[in-house]
Amino acid sequence: MDIDAWLAAAVADAERRGLPDLKPLLEGIARSTRALRDADWNDRADRPEPPPSAARP
Amino acid sequence: MPTPPANPERLSITELAPLLRAGHLSSRALTDACLARIDADNSALNAFILVLAGEARAQAEEADREIASGLYRGPLHGIPISLKDLMDLRGTPTTAASRVREGHRADRDATVVGRLREAGAVFVGKTNLHEFAFGTTSEDSAFGPVRNPVDRSRSAGGSSGGSAAAVAAGLSVASIGTDTGGSIRIPSAACGVVGLKPALGDLPLDDIVPLNRSFDHVGPIARSVTDAWIVYCAMTGDRSAESAATGTLPPARALRVGVLRPYFMDLVDDEVRARFEDAIARLQQAGATVHDVALPHAADLAAIYLHIGLPEASAYHADTLARMPERYTPNVRIRLEMGRYMLAEDYVRAQQGRQVIRAEVDAALDGCDLLALPALAIPAPPIGAATVKVGSQDIPVRNIMLRLTQVFNVSGHPALTLPCGTTKAGLPCGLQLAGPANQTEALLRAALVVERELAQT
Repeated sequence: MDIDAWLAAAVADAERRGLPDLKPLLEGIARSTRALRDADWNDRADRPEPPPSAARP
Repeated sequence: MPTPPANPERLSITELAPLLRAGHLSSRALTDACLARIDADNSALNAFILVLAGEARAQAEEADREIASGLYRGPLHGIPISLKDLMDLRGTPTTAASRVREGHRADRDATVVGRLREAGAVFVGKTNLHEFAFGTTSEDSAFGPVRNPVDRSRSAGGSSGGSAAAVAAGLSVASIGTDTGGSIRIPSAACGVVGLKPALGDLPLDDIVPLNRSFDHVGPIARSVTDAWIVYCAMTGDRSAESAATGTLPPARALRVGVLRPYFMDLVDDEVRARFEDAIARLQQAGATVHDVALPHAADLAAIYLHIGLPEASAYHADTLARMPERYTPNVRIRLEMGRYMLAEDYVRAQQGRQVIRAEVDAALDGCDLLALPALAIPAPPIGAATVKVGSQDIPVRNIMLRLTQVFNVSGHPALTLPCGTTKAGLPCGLQLAGPANQTEALLRAALVVERELAQT
């Protein structure tokens, strides 16, 4: 699920459950998730070599 | 016989233990002094949820009888301590500062509590906290906010705010807290005491209410590094290292200190920064080798922490969130609800990021005995503040409180805070030190040298 779709679904569900205060918090998580998914340590199926990071476990 | 000291509840374990052993001070008198201080100050500080006056006096009298008969259990024998109300003490409720746990009663001690009992500690009560340890100010509690003993209009920090306030104000000589993102170090820094987060996995967590199991730690809050070491030794159940806490120390010139600057020093209050730089300069003047170090992925820490911590906390609370949401304080409930939306694939990414951070902390420590950075980027914030100003920026309190501590929950390295001066308004600042992986005692030994150098005027 991409982040925009995830955020739209989460906000809709929170509103349905009567938790509108969750919306700004979920928007904050979406920004954080974008950063996490962009991080250079993530494996990718189309990348034959692991990222060349010395810090990689 | 020497006259017993005035205000013994203000002394350190190191000062009290020889007095108790020699019979120059009774545990009963010391315990009464702590209980009198609780009577006088707890209504204002709100540090304790439960005071165990009768039980503590009985334990103290038993300690006095044992010591008089020649059965001396060690430096914690007869010392009044408090426990964060997140860990089980047999025969008492563990509230976690929440109405969710109404009716709970522990039928046994948490393992670390049992070990402290075996070491002869006297339990004066259970301390207030941020509900379920899920916050950094100790404001969202079913029992009301903890107030900072230095300035009662300010937060004591959290989540172990009651424990740090109790130690700072003489309500107990030491306390036991838990630390999932900084919850021992943050309140210790805010209240001006020493707080130790041991290495991940050092101490057992059974019969302690979890926040998230990947990052949870338990550890001591005390008035000196030596005291923290003594309590830590008792908590391990292996007290063979106790004597090292008071042994001969190496000179400061043997210390190699790495200062974490990029990211960690980017957003720090001016006065906190000045006290930190003063402390580092003192170490350099004493002969320590100091150089700057960096974690290349430090800017990813908050995302890693959030994507592991939130879903783990939400999983633990899912059933009670569904059945009794009204029993949570509103802020804690809404943050726990957030975690229920997070995706497994992002949890996996965060776990991979955690390994990267762990390796980077190891690399930063290569050639160093210690890493150094402030424990808390701001002085204790006013109670009720949602944001604080750092430089020209308004920053959410929760984000800034966790910013410098969560790294060592993610990496698992041992870390502690010790006082390094105050702001002009008298608010404490904390110097945070972290040591090599799985080497809590090495951290404590190096921290003793730092504490000694900072104490020299």
